[in-house]
Amino acid sequence: MKLSGGEILIQFLEDEGVEYLFGYPGGAVLHIYDALYQQEAVKHILVRHEQGATHAADGYARSTGKPGVVLVTSGPGATNAVTGIATAHLDSIPMVIITGQVATPYIGSDAFQEVDSVGITRPCTKHNFLVERVEDLAITLKKAFYVACTGRPGPVVVDVPKDITAPEIKIDYEYPKSVTMRSYNPVIKGHPKQASKAVDLILSAKRPVIYSGGGVVLSEASEELIEFTKMLGFPITNTLMGLGSFPGTDPQFLGMLGMHGTYEANMAMHQSDVLIAIGARFDDRVTGDVEKFCPQAKIIHIDIDPSSISKNVKVDIPIVGDVRAVLRELIGQLKKSESLSDKDALSNWWNQIKEWQKEDCLHYDKKSALIKPQFVLEKLLEITQGEAHVTSDVGQHQMFVAQFYKFNKPRRWINSGGLGTMGFGLPAAMGVQLANPGENVVCVTGEASIQMCIQELSTCMQYDLPIKIINLNNRYMGMVRQWQEFIYESRYSHSYMEALPDFVKLAESYNHIGIKIENPADVEPALREAFGKYKDRLVFLDFITDQSENVYPMIMTGQGHNEMYLSSAKGLA
Amino acid sequence: MRHIISIIVENESGALARVSGLFFARAYNIESLAVAPTEDPSLSRITLVTRGSDDMIEQITKQLNKLIDVVKLVDLTEGSHIEREMMMIKLQAIGDAREEVMRMVNIFRGRIIDVTSTTYVVELTGSGDKLDAFIKTVDVPILETVRSGVTGIARGEKALVI
Repeated sequence: MKLSGGEILIQFLEDEGVEYLFGYPGGAVLHIYDALYQQEAVKHILVRHEQGATHAADGYARSTGKPGVVLVTSGPGATNAVTGIATAHLDSIPMVIITGQVATPYIGSDAFQEVDSVGITRPCTKHNFLVERVEDLAITLKKAFYVACTGRPGPVVVDVPKDITAPEIKIDYEYPKSVTMRSYNPVIKGHPKQASKAVDLILSAKRPVIYSGGGVVLSEASEELIEFTKMLGFPITNTLMGLGSFPGTDPQFLGMLGMHGTYEANMAMHQSDVLIAIGARFDDRVTGDVEKFCPQAKIIHIDIDPSSISKNVKVDIPIVGDVRAVLRELIGQLKKSESLSDKDALSNWWNQIKEWQKEDCLHYDKKSALIKPQFVLEKLLEITQGEAHVTSDVGQHQMFVAQFYKFNKPRRWINSGGLGTMGFGLPAAMGVQLANPGENVVCVTGEASIQMCIQELSTCMQYDLPIKIINLNNRYMGMVRQWQEFIYESRYSHSYMEALPDFVKLAESYNHIGIKIENPADVEPALREAFGKYKDRLVFLDFITDQSENVYPMIMTGQGHNEMYLSSAKGLA
Repeated sequence: MRHIISIIVENESGALARVSGLFFARAYNIESLAVAPTEDPSLSRITLVTRGSDDMIEQITKQLNKLIDVVKLVDLTEGSHIEREMMMIKLQAIGDAREEVMRMVNIFRGRIIDVTSTTYVVELTGSGDKLDAFIKTVDVPILETVRSGVTGIARGEKALVI
């Protein structure tokens, strides 16, 4: 089959099984868009800004486990995509981003819409390629998908100069079914000897904690994690990225840990003697001050990326490998093991944990005359029965979802953990909704975050995406305000959102439904209406919430897990 | 501690930028960097000198290994190895100093590879220390120096091959 570069690119995406392509046309990709026009297999979603394209593809990838695919033009198309690429990079999300480039002879001449896309994206991708010959196009795309989806996943950029896709030059095309790269061979199986050392330590534990993260989601190891945790009877805590990989309503689950984690999770971490870290990377938001981190614990760390091992915290037993494969190995060895875990010690440990749980660290004023953000999320959980796909932006609302929405399944909680990208929520929800037609997709956001990619309301209109936007509107950049209250003596420097639009009218102008909710009594009816009567419409729910609400517990920078603020009145725990 | 890391990379445009960019992005330092293709033109060998604690060097080698273009690497300083750097140094050589410089060059087992009535270009190979010592010892004005950066190879049968 003889095809032009543009046709090869689109045919390759079809052969690779790509369902959706999130993009925005421009000069350097016009040949590709022309090829796209002449087929129906790959569905193109036209966003309103390239950042939206990358977040939408990212949301699709997080929701499905399949790579998200983006097509943008050269220059500003590529630079607008960078925030979304970096977002995916920090959370290890498989994506392939195809950027147009000026024609080969013009590269380096400061041509119109020329930017060094490979140079700009080098530090925020897993890898990137510049295609220099049309003959290399198909195999380079194959390498891009292979690298993006294997090992520790991540975004890969393929920069394609315009002349490579020119319709005049046609060459033979055959779909490359597989590819090998001598310089890239990710380790899958963990070392069995390391696993047996880990088993010995696990069985000797008196105050164990399982601390698991996004790696469990990425390696589809939720079932194995549940089996492992159940057979041991150990308490488990999740990172922000790991929520849902272990059922949030299970009695063994202590909630999220870290800066805004629960009292019981953080105290258990601090007092533990054996810590089993699974697909988690000891991020600073999790560890607090590393000098004070788990002072008594021997640490087992399972991770596919050797560079994650002992990067921030020294570990005792590293196991490099795919989380699912390693958990299977551990489960197998535990089943065969003749020694047993210390039941008495474990029972004492649980008694201690139950004492901590009595603190009820997520309490809030339920009698308030103002709408509390926590209350909205509790109602959301109730009405969606914990089954919704929830995206968020970044800030207080994100932490409230992590604390209050009990995710029982992986890939239901979609948020920017590593990079902390405001503007992520709405476009990510588009990708999630496309991947899950007919299911409830909710974007929990704030009035600051939502305005960073609000143009995508137009995309939602074009493709009839019935997303439910929960706007927790406190007229502040809430998390910034909270830090300013604590650290800067309430000098609220530029964290106040003045000149807000009328979100109801704004939603209506895009032919969506807008509802403004100002009283606690109206929260539940509004939510019921959104998920009932307006199930098939995008509904923008603008909740006017208590301006002064803060996220607790909180570990301040430089403090340890046992040094939490539980409320403004109640100082260090 | 000072470490010499030898890296085999795909001989592709951008491979060097990935390696050097990694050092900048993660705040590691590069003391010297030497790069050229190997006997297999599809591969290049980078020799890189860096300093850091054991933990830092461990992270550096892991992060380098993570780069897709890196095929293989070794920290030469972990074993017995040979280190060489080449320097060309242009010296002012007038009158009595001409004899004196020649004597110094002989002591350091260097060679004079270019001569004018007022200058010498001296070629000198050895460890970085030796080159430093020559610069310190030579007693005439230095007009220019150029150094290749450190290269190194393991002693004995050990070899960095793919």
